[in-house]
Amino acid sequence: MIEARDLRVDLCGIELAHPVLNGSGTFDAIAAHDVFGDILLERFPFSAFVSKTITPEPRPGNPPPRLWEETDGVINSIGLPNKGLGGFLEKDLPRLAALPVPLIVSVMATSAEEFAGLVQAISERSEVAAIELNVSCPNVKSGLVVGESPDECASLVSALRVLTEKPLIVKLTPGADPVPVAMAAETSGADAFSLVNTLKASPLSPAGDGHWLGAVSGGLSGPTIKDLALAQVSAVADAVGLPVIGMGGVSSGADARSFLEAGASAVAVGTENFRDPEAGSRIARELEDLG
Amino acid sequence: MPETALGDYTAPPFGRRPLQVVGSAASGAYRLVEVFDPSGVVPMAGQFYMLSAESEWPGSSGRPYLPRAFSVASVDVGADGVTLGFLVHAVGPGTQRIEEVGGGRAGSLLAVGPLGRGFAAPHEVAAGAKGAILIGGGIGVAPLALLRRNLIRLGVPSRVLLGYRDADNAGGLDLFDCSEIKLATDDGHAGHRGRVTDLLERLLAGDDRGSAVVYSCGPPAMLEAVRVMCEEAGVACQLALESPMGCGYGACFGCAVPLREGGYMRLCLDGPVVDGSTIARADAGAEVQ
Ligand SMILES: Cc1cc2nc3c(=O)[nH]c(=O)nc-3n(C[C@H](O)[C@H](O)[C@H](O)COP(=O)(O)OP(=O)(O)OC[C@H]3O[C@@H](n4cnc5c(N)ncnc54)[C@H](O)[C@@H]3O)c2cc1C
Ligand SMILES: Cc1cc2nc3c(=O)[nH]c(=O)nc-3n(C[C@H](O)[C@H](O)[C@H](O)COP(=O)(O)O)c2cc1C
Ligand code: FES
Repeated sequence: MIEARDLRVDLCGIELAHPVLNGSGTFDAIAAHDVFGDILLERFPFSAFVSKTITPEPRPGNPPPRLWEETDGVINSIGLPNKGLGGFLEKDLPRLAALPVPLIVSVMATSAEEFAGLVQAISERSEVAAIELNVSCPNVKSGLVVGESPDECASLVSALRVLTEKPLIVKLTPGADPVPVAMAAETSGADAFSLVNTLKASPLSPAGDGHWLGAVSGGLSGPTIKDLALAQVSAVADAVGLPVIGMGGVSSGADARSFLEAGASAVAVGTENFRDPEAGSRIARELEDLG
Repeated sequence: MPETALGDYTAPPFGRRPLQVVGSAASGAYRLVEVFDPSGVVPMAGQFYMLSAESEWPGSSGRPYLPRAFSVASVDVGADGVTLGFLVHAVGPGTQRIEEVGGGRAGSLLAVGPLGRGFAAPHEVAAGAKGAILIGGGIGVAPLALLRRNLIRLGVPSRVLLGYRDADNAGGLDLFDCSEIKLATDDGHAGHRGRVTDLLERLLAGDDRGSAVVYSCGPPAMLEAVRVMCEEAGVACQLALESPMGCGYGACFGCAVPLREGGYMRLCLDGPVVDGSTIARADAGAEVQ
């Protein structure tokens, strides 16, 4: 891990050794520990670990194929495979708590009640430093994607705010203008924002026989979305008075610096982790070298 | 570090490291690209590396972007490191770029690995099994070449059956000792005209089948035929599967393969070598041709 005093950041009261986190769902610290061994803990690439999004019940994930390689990016339809809240608390949390960095748990549900159940249960765990709300899914009652509707997002954040003292990070979606959504969530008690999530995309099969992905559509990520992400990060950072974690195609220290200059307090690395397991620490080092 | 072992797993060094290209030679329609790994980590047969090139990756057209998975086909253990051989079949931008860097002999490849689970020894797969039947198709011969060498060194008898579509899609034979190989080709340019599974069918009909384990790697349809034939014959089999891998170390969840009991496994963690009895089908979810 990088120990550079001048890279330290304070994110909602959480001390981070440097500003590089992982994007939810793009690094499985438990699997990586099993594969690479304890050296992963000694050289942990990120200054905080964001878990894969967990849902109330276990999910197997989407049928394959789940990945399509875009030019300078990837379209994924992974489908949030996870053990569900119970499985997460029992099996994953003890191992994630052993990581050398603060833990942020990402949660998603399709109703405010289910979200409340997740937040309440996770809020009780001292191992967790903050909660990230993945609001890229529709509320089953209204059919509206929570992260695309200022009203939906405001009412969800208000309902969850009273349930926890832990910082609530709202992960914004790039599918709609994130500024009104962020402003509504700020008024309702959010502590920070992270953006962007992936952009909806549906690649066709090169064989000409329909859609490529087993789930038909997925989310686009990687360098190809960087400029769009920079514009959205800058717009949100200008509009709110809360910290912003910027992401979308960060692959180098120079990319990370662009996001910080656009107003982000920290950055997250997603797809680049697939190419380089140590992308997080490399990017932090490159950022330090840039001065 | 043991020079040869059959077991299923050797842990990789952490991170992505540049490995110098030290050799490159045509092997039929494929190319054997050799790199030198000073870490000295000796992979098991069936394990793979995620490879990319230092330059032009992403290429000027934006692909290849993700690293590509390659089975290790040969291993030479030296005093200060190991030489790893990868058999490459150029089918798209990623495999073409790896071939290009390999052909230049001056470059290096970025590697993460060895990754995944390799083949286990016959007696570990089935109690009482003493021999092995290796059946490969197309570029799937790559991991079997290393398996075969390891079996020979360990004194485990094995038979090798290799199948190819036609001469333009055949290679890697020089990695085996040819005298012992039975060939099948769809176009009949060499060996039996027909499917390599025809040869397996004959072997499985023989008397000694109970004492052998079948090891296979190749196109999904061939693997599925092997799986079904072994199941019907009551012979244990280990299959090296393929699925689209984005990372190779459990980060992306892209490599899902359906399990017989329901749900999915991540092939990069629980494979690529799997026991035939654990999967629903060997051709589900595989993207390849
Ligand atoms: C465990 C494992 C071991 C392997 N070992 C070897 C080996 O030893 N030697 C070897 O030569 N190969 C090996 N492979 C296969 C090799 O990794 C693939 O051939 C390679 O990924 C293809 O990359 P490409 O860029 O050359 O071709 P691609 O363009 O990726 O084409 C390959 C196939 O992918 C599909 N495809 C086309 N475009 C896209 C796209 N945009 N996004 C996603 N899919 C697309 C098509 O079905 C196409 O037929 C192995 C694969 C695995 C999983
Ligand atoms: C394979 C994959 C899985 C992802 N899973 C999640 C997830 O579970 N929850 C979430 O909030 N975001 C998820 N994301 C989105 C990333 O966290 C990130 O917001 C996005 O990929 C943009 O960053 P990048 O371009 O650096 O990848 C996923 C992205 C990818 C590529
Ligand atoms: S290849 Fe990424 S999880 Fe298996």
